[in-house]
Amino acid sequence: MFKQTAAITAMNLRGLTQRLGPSSVIVIGIAVTVAVLVSVQAMALGFQKTLSHTGRPDRAIVLRGGSEAELNSTISRENTLTIMDGPGIRKDADGKPLASAEAVAIVALPQKSNDAPANVTMRGVGAKAFALRPEIHLVAGRMFQPALREIIVGTSAQAQFKGLELGSHIGIRDSDWTVVGVFDSNGDAHQSELIGDVETVLSAFRHNLFHSVTVMLESPEAFDHFKDALTTDPTLTVDVEREPDYYAKQSKQLSTVLNFVAYFVGGIAAIGAIVGALNTMYTSVAARALEIATLRAIGFGAGSVIASVMLEALLLALIGAALGATASWIFFNGNTVNTLGSNFSQIVFQLTVSPVLLIWGVVWACFIGLIGGLFPAIRAARLPVAAALRAT
Amino acid sequence: MKYFPLLWATLWRRKARTVFTLLSLTAAFLLLGTLQAANAMFSGGSLNLSAPILIVQARVSFTQPLPLRLLPQLEAIPGVSSVSHSQFFGGVYKDVKNFFPQFAVNPERWRKTSLECHLSDEQFQAWTASRTAAVAGRQLAERFGWKIGDRIPLTSQIWPLKDGSRAWTFDLVGIFDDSSKDSCVRQGNMYIRYDYFDEGRQFGQGGAGIYLLRLSDPNRAEAVSRQVDALFENSPDETKTQTEKDFTLNFVRQLGNLNLILSGITVAVFFSILLVTGNTMSQAVRERIPELAVLKTIGFSDGGVLALVLAEALLLCVLGGLAGMLLSVAALDIIAKLPIGIPPIDADLRVWLFAAASMLGLALLVGILPALRAKNLSIIEALAVR
Repeated sequence: MFKQTAAITAMNLRGLTQRLGPSSVIVIGIAVTVAVLVSVQAMALGFQKTLSHTGRPDRAIVLRGGSEAELNSTISRENTLTIMDGPGIRKDADGKPLASAEAVAIVALPQKSNDAPANVTMRGVGAKAFALRPEIHLVAGRMFQPALREIIVGTSAQAQFKGLELGSHIGIRDSDWTVVGVFDSNGDAHQSELIGDVETVLSAFRHNLFHSVTVMLESPEAFDHFKDALTTDPTLTVDVEREPDYYAKQSKQLSTVLNFVAYFVGGIAAIGAIVGALNTMYTSVAARALEIATLRAIGFGAGSVIASVMLEALLLALIGAALGATASWIFFNGNTVNTLGSNFSQIVFQLTVSPVLLIWGVVWACFIGLIGGLFPAIRAARLPVAAALRAT
Repeated sequence: MKYFPLLWATLWRRKARTVFTLLSLTAAFLLLGTLQAANAMFSGGSLNLSAPILIVQARVSFTQPLPLRLLPQLEAIPGVSSVSHSQFFGGVYKDVKNFFPQFAVNPERWRKTSLECHLSDEQFQAWTASRTAAVAGRQLAERFGWKIGDRIPLTSQIWPLKDGSRAWTFDLVGIFDDSSKDSCVRQGNMYIRYDYFDEGRQFGQGGAGIYLLRLSDPNRAEAVSRQVDALFENSPDETKTQTEKDFTLNFVRQLGNLNLILSGITVAVFFSILLVTGNTMSQAVRERIPELAVLKTIGFSDGGVLALVLAEALLLCVLGGLAGMLLSVAALDIIAKLPIGIPPIDADLRVWLFAAASMLGLALLVGILPALRAKNLSIIEALAVR
């Protein structure tokens, strides 16, 4: 049977050039489906990756109780001191806690893609912020100086928004800020931000309330003790979360939406591709009715006819999958996009076409090819030999 | 029209093929309908923002409240007929999934500025009479089944009360409607009283939020915007003034360049559907060459045959396209009800027009080559095929 299948398939494939139009319907249909599926999922994956790279289990973020996101939160100066005195916080060489009381403000900067103003996060950080977040490192320029209106900008922010080149000035309220450095933070959420000294930021925005406190714990296990101490302190009403948990919560909504879009769009495109494949393969079988009948008459089995039709569909599907996957990889992998995250401010991330996504694309393509081939194959095998031979 | 039975019969000549082609057309238009509706929302195309309203925000960002003391200066500007201020409240109703915006406003000022929204005199009196009173748009009230007299608890994520609690309660005393059809864009919002809010909140007193200026002459929008921004230039409260339409569009554009990808998908899907349908049409004509020759023999003109084939392509595309568009309306309805936080999206007239144009264009593209082939058919050669 294998020999027979191989013989018929080889014959079919030689005939492919004559059926270029219909065959390209399968190939293109599947290529489009795979490309759509892979690229939308690449968006969801890229977003998740950016937020899941943010934070470490041995760091905790403290917000005012019930505020959900930093921008909503407010913490008074006295409370930040109480929080930084909490148990289980790692101490620096000079015995000071590794913690940073921070303020975030939103600055409207034009997007490079459409010039529309986007909410970019400007973060004021404490003196220990960079010991606290060793992942932040400068790639150009120098660090800002406290008390001066200087900021450093993330590479993602610089890529997506206008006016953040080294040395450029940003007018915020009645103050003028200079970009003195550019930083990279391993592609996490902070890379979409502008960072300056917290006291200078607070004074420029005429605020006296902080938004959050981030602390480095002695170990991930110290978290529960730290949290219990703060939440039972009668002078505080705060929520304490591990950084990864906080950022996972922030990304949940958009990830759900993006994943839904991927499956909805991909599913419909797949249905379209299956129908297209069925159409083509039925036509292909009908056009070769005489050929198939002759084969059956000279002793080829029904099984090998079925297998050969399905193999043809599968092969076309694989060509489509390869085209679609390559196209999505070339056009979308590493593409930088920005959108509004749940802190009411922009988050920049890269579309990530991972091998797993590509494999999934191929699996979908095979599934489409198999369904598209199965029914026409059965029809081919059932073709009454005598009637088909007489049809001409 | 008298040829319709003929068209119908040829369409179903090969049932399986037509059904498959219709199904793929349906799938394509289902995608096109949903994605274009989403796209229209991203580009603000479905918003009806023609009211002569300017929005004044802090230049740095609209999240920074402007102080209430700017009010007299704004009111004094010639061409401004009324001024309202509006502070985002950020309340959660029962669960974060139930998101809708609430704003703290001054009722009199709100009513004079939002002329597109109609609140009855009686309900307006009730709003001004009680400090905890609030009003909601018809759309919002229907979403949660609210009636006048309901108590609405809101947990503010931003504004704690003086005692540190975040649980605010409001009494619904009014529901406002469109003054004329689809003119009130605030129907999904709720409005609470600024005086009650400002006294109740723990911090931020005196912050008004953004200002809405209603103009007596819509053509003066640009001049007034410039005047406002010049007035506060180099002051601690620099402003940025734009029409309500631009403000909303810019807000939506914050979603970034995700919609580029949606457009890309639409184009790709369209291209593949073009192939499927084109293939079907050329097969259908190829098979029927002798029949078409017979038609010509019995007196159909060349143009008549051409029109017949084009009409067949059109019928195919319209049937499939219509089915897909209707499905997309149903799908959008279902998606809005799913608990994943996609806001309600409506396929508006523009989306339908776009779909109709696509059906026509598609029919022309896939029909023209087979139709020309049918037109140029020589009767003798075609009949000789047999």
